[in-house]
Amino acid sequence: MGSSKIIDQLKKNQILELLKEGKRIDGRALDEVRELTIDVGVIPKAEGSARVRLGDTEVVAGVKVQPERPFPDTGDKGMLICTAEILPIAHPTAETGPPQPNVVELARVTDRGIRESGMLDMKQLVLEKDKSVIGVFCDNAVTDHDGNLFDACSYASTAAINSCKIPKYEMQDEKPVKIEGEFTEPPLTTLPISVTMAKIGDYIIVDPNFDESSIMDARITITTNSDGNVVALQKGGHDGFTQDDLIKCAEISVRVGSKIREILKQSSSGVN
Amino acid sequence: MIKMGGRDTDIVLLDENGIRCDGRKINETRKVSITAGVLKNANGSAYIEFGENKILVGVYGPRDVHPKHLSDTDTGILRCRYHMAPFSVGERKNPAPSRREIEISKVIKEALEPAVMLKQFPRTAVDVFMEVLQADGGTRCAALTGASVALADAGIPMRDLVAGCAAGKAADTVILDVNNEEDQAGQADLPIGYMPNLEKITLLQLDGLLTPDEYKKCIEIGIDGCKQVYEIQKKALQDKYFSKGDDD
Repeated sequence: MGSSKIIDQLKKNQILELLKEGKRIDGRALDEVRELTIDVGVIPKAEGSARVRLGDTEVVAGVKVQPERPFPDTGDKGMLICTAEILPIAHPTAETGPPQPNVVELARVTDRGIRESGMLDMKQLVLEKDKSVIGVFCDNAVTDHDGNLFDACSYASTAAINSCKIPKYEMQDEKPVKIEGEFTEPPLTTLPISVTMAKIGDYIIVDPNFDESSIMDARITITTNSDGNVVALQKGGHDGFTQDDLIKCAEISVRVGSKIREILKQSSSGVN
Repeated sequence: MIKMGGRDTDIVLLDENGIRCDGRKINETRKVSITAGVLKNANGSAYIEFGENKILVGVYGPRDVHPKHLSDTDTGILRCRYHMAPFSVGERKNPAPSRREIEISKVIKEALEPAVMLKQFPRTAVDVFMEVLQADGGTRCAALTGASVALADAGIPMRDLVAGCAAGKAADTVILDVNNEEDQAGQADLPIGYMPNLEKITLLQLDGLLTPDEYKKCIEIGIDGCKQVYEIQKKALQDKYFSKGDDD
């Protein structure tokens, strides 16, 4: 604990010195995202999937689609659930066992971004009202951790759901039966994209890597939709933001988000 | 009418006179009352009623850290537990901590940390326990508000109090202090934690859709709401420590 803290302090000094010159430790501009590659269809057994590499952070997301009994109060809507976990192969500090609060937060923020954007029109995912609906489950597995898991999981989930195929079902004796080989397109309405920013000293940087995250003062993740509206947001870290910071961060998230949305739309299918 | 994210409801969230379902105006908070020092054993405590929310907060510490490996030689640590009583909501809630409660505990901890001068107490822990006895929307802001008062009541040195209040959107209108009906049937909920003297936002979350202009407006009126809550926090502390006329 002690020695890693000293290293953190040295690292922080170095990162701050560089920021004063408008530079970052890996040479990026303050609002520059690391190299992003998105491959979809990487898991053929899943109805939708994506592998996202954001610098050295890697996430694999898979979508499974299956009929579910709806919750009693939402019998006229399909079900959409996103999860995230950090696999023990991803980082020496990743642990097995019950999820730590930071992993619970990651999963919930990932889910919120997709859910609150209304990415899928859930009313179109009903087989029989109050009896059977289509459940869409998007599970994110972090396989390599170099910071900013929020955005990597956001892009992986959006890409996987965007590229998924919904199997066709028909109701027989009040039970849903899958029609083999027949699929429909998902009822998409928008493409949610999150942008995470870290505050270090007086500077705001986009897409913090692991080292930057470990010394940052505070962070904010803002998810925007295709129309440039804000749909979800999460502040974290042990310091705060000013009102001006928040306005600036929202503007950055819309601008950077729209670039990433273009990359996501062009993501190649089924490569490798 | 846009129905993004909102549930179908028969409740009129905003009538033609701009009055909300509980009789408030759009930029009005619910009634907030706070009492400091309500528990005997805790080092500091507070009871807060935020509309129909009823929350009890107890603070213990600075004290020894158990398990020991969590202690830090450079600083004290802050630990927060937000917990809802099984009887606090319509349908009984399982008493085990849910993922939602784990997340809220984390964001409240991160909202309080900038205010608490933990470096003065290396190797120790300050524990904040927030028990929601009745919930009616906006519990995280109410719990955060009560926790600040309880920390101050415990005599822990602080840079500022953190006040909490949500802004949001219902019936296509930006509103202050979202209640349970508005959270369920409305379009957006943006809880804010704010340090009024340092002018810093330390808690911020959002679910629901806001245009950039609505987002700006929500933050603006949310901060305004926090400032109103802050006055009530100060009064609670003044009432406890200066009420008997010995205001030295």
